[in-house]
Amino acid sequence: MEDTLVKSEIIKPENRVYKKTDLMTEKVLSYCPGCGHGTAHRIIMEVIEEMGLTEDTIGIAPVGCSVLAYEFMNVDMQQAAHGRAPALATAVKRLMPHKTVFTYQGDGDLAAIGTAETIHAANRGERITIIFINNGIYGMTGGQMAPTTLPGMKSSTSPYGRDLDMMGHPLKITELVAQLPGTHYVTRQAVHTPSNVRKTKKAIRKAFELQHQNVGMTFIEIVSNCNSGWKMTPVQANKWMVDNMFPFYPLGDIKVDGKMVEG
Amino acid sequence: MAKVKGDIVVDIERCKGCEVCIDTCPTGTIAMVDAVNGKGYHYMQNVNDACTGCTNCAIVCPDGVIEVYRVKV
Repeated sequence: MEDTLVKSEIIKPENRVYKKTDLMTEKVLSYCPGCGHGTAHRIIMEVIEEMGLTEDTIGIAPVGCSVLAYEFMNVDMQQAAHGRAPALATAVKRLMPHKTVFTYQGDGDLAAIGTAETIHAANRGERITIIFINNGIYGMTGGQMAPTTLPGMKSSTSPYGRDLDMMGHPLKITELVAQLPGTHYVTRQAVHTPSNVRKTKKAIRKAFELQHQNVGMTFIEIVSNCNSGWKMTPVQANKWMVDNMFPFYPLGDIKVDGKMVEG
Repeated sequence: MAKVKGDIVVDIERCKGCEVCIDTCPTGTIAMVDAVNGKGYHYMQNVNDACTGCTNCAIVCPDGVIEVYRVKV
């Protein structure tokens, strides 16, 4: 039976089990090959589509590689000044409380120039969702050292590796915001394997659901790669991320239902 | 035992040849081809009939270039 099944009999609309969501525009992504941004964009849009929030979502694009997120996400978007996405999201959510509001920020945006906005929005318990892509480097501007760069990690401004005496320690901002009473759900995920993508998708869905229960800020960190900045192939970069990023930025829930996860 | 048979359709012009999907395929159905697309990237294609339509490749594809089809036989 299966021997007679030819390609044309399988490829029919009724047999389709996966297709890129229509909430991603047809524009070709500006990201480097293998960059986690594309996967992260797509699963956010899939969650919005599955929850039927297409008309009621406002996203805030940051400054960084994902500055053009509004070109790729086919929902209402705004673009904030560098690091100020949580402030803009605060305004949007307070003016339109029935909307689902999320910011999409990288580590150079959220953990460096936008630290004040992030911490205070979290501390005020704004009913927004922050999606934080952490690749430990300033990807867009040429791979400079970011606050999240690992100890000893080479970047274009730390060519001999990050020296903790001179450059300070990496910032675990996700653990930091989890300490604040305003956050309700804080988690760290990744998008480099199918199982991690599914877990991240569940986390995003949970965060969007919690947003409408008026319980506080939801914060999702996605540990991602920057193969161009790390000077590796995408597959090597993912492996390097598992071997080096995950021990320092362990995956899993950090705060659930307003309580820190013991671990 | 019910068997499933799958197939994929790749938008080769959007594929950037990152190869992230290759390792996720449990049946070794997909591989990079020597040819290049309009942007000069090598792209991935299904090279045999072992596909089960598990959607792993499509889920990790950063550029969303893969459509997956599945039938029970």
